[in-house]
Amino acid sequence: MKLQKATLFGLYAVLDLAEDRERTRSAGEIAETYGISINHLAKVLRDLGRAGLVEAARGVGGGYRFIGNPKRVTLMDVIEIFEDIRSGAGDARDPGAKTDIGYSLHVVLGEIEDIARATLRSVTIETLLKHVRRDRDQRRAAAAE
Amino acid sequence: MEMSKYAARRQGAKSSTVAKAAKKPAPAAAPRAAQGPIIRPVNPGDLSGVVKVDQRNTGVAKRDYWQDQYERYLRRPKERFFLVGEFEGRIVGFAIGEVRAWEFGSPPCGWVFALGVDPSVRLRNIGSQLIDAISEHFKCAGMRKLRTMLRRDDNLNLSFFRSLGMMAGPFIQLEKDLEE
Repeated sequence: MKLQKATLFGLYAVLDLAEDRERTRSAGEIAETYGISINHLAKVLRDLGRAGLVEAARGVGGGYRFIGNPKRVTLMDVIEIFEDIRSGAGDARDPGAKTDIGYSLHVVLGEIEDIARATLRSVTIETLLKHVRRDRDQRRAAAAE
Repeated sequence: MEMSKYAARRQGAKSSTVAKAAKKPAPAAAPRAAQGPIIRPVNPGDLSGVVKVDQRNTGVAKRDYWQDQYERYLRRPKERFFLVGEFEGRIVGFAIGEVRAWEFGSPPCGWVFALGVDPSVRLRNIGSQLIDAISEHFKCAGMRKLRTMLRRDDNLNLSFFRSLGMMAGPFIQLEKDLEE
């Protein structure tokens, strides 16, 4: 599954901000961390704000902070702000989809996407951050040896 | 699914298939949170509570099935674990698992094949405690891998197991309709 750039940037921003919900981070800081376009990220942050996942804090030390519930918001919730992956493969409008071969091919591709969607629906922000912390600890422990 | 502590019995677990890793001593006592649920091995008198919890979750009472599971558990107590969660004097959860060796070529691992928590006590970490407890039993049996299988659309339980760090394993489940 190939996600659009905006979707990927949205996931980076949400996960980055959710790691420390008290902290604010500017669009520039986030963009620098992930090596992505600040202009593109700024638009993404506005979309995340409209969706109620982040809020902008103004003034000194201003920036963005995560305001969603990390135990309830899933990766799919973030992805759906930017793109519709509910029905990808298996779309009857695709060229050739109504032929015998096209139908069977789309059934197989649809199976793959069903699994991908189930996975994205079941991984919350908190769950993914657990992986982040565990992997980070393991890398640090390995580096210390 | 879950289980708790069949310690002494497990001392002798020796199946050569089951254990590269050194076996750990079994948990000395059932895990218990302060004023929280008690996680312990099932007793015959718990089955009606298990049936009720399952019925609340699935809408179907399957007394014969749970009786059969209990009897199966009794036959191989060193490798099958049937745990219940007791809270305020009633059964509010259960977990059942077993060691499965060389199924589809897989080295021995711990399978959790039933888990239920009464909806009225969700968000009290009872499911997590059940899984933690059964994991300890599997570790004591020499297992280093925990597996389960869920419906793709069972988002509640998928999210729960994901939150415990479980990820997709190396096997893919396949099925087909058998034609008449």
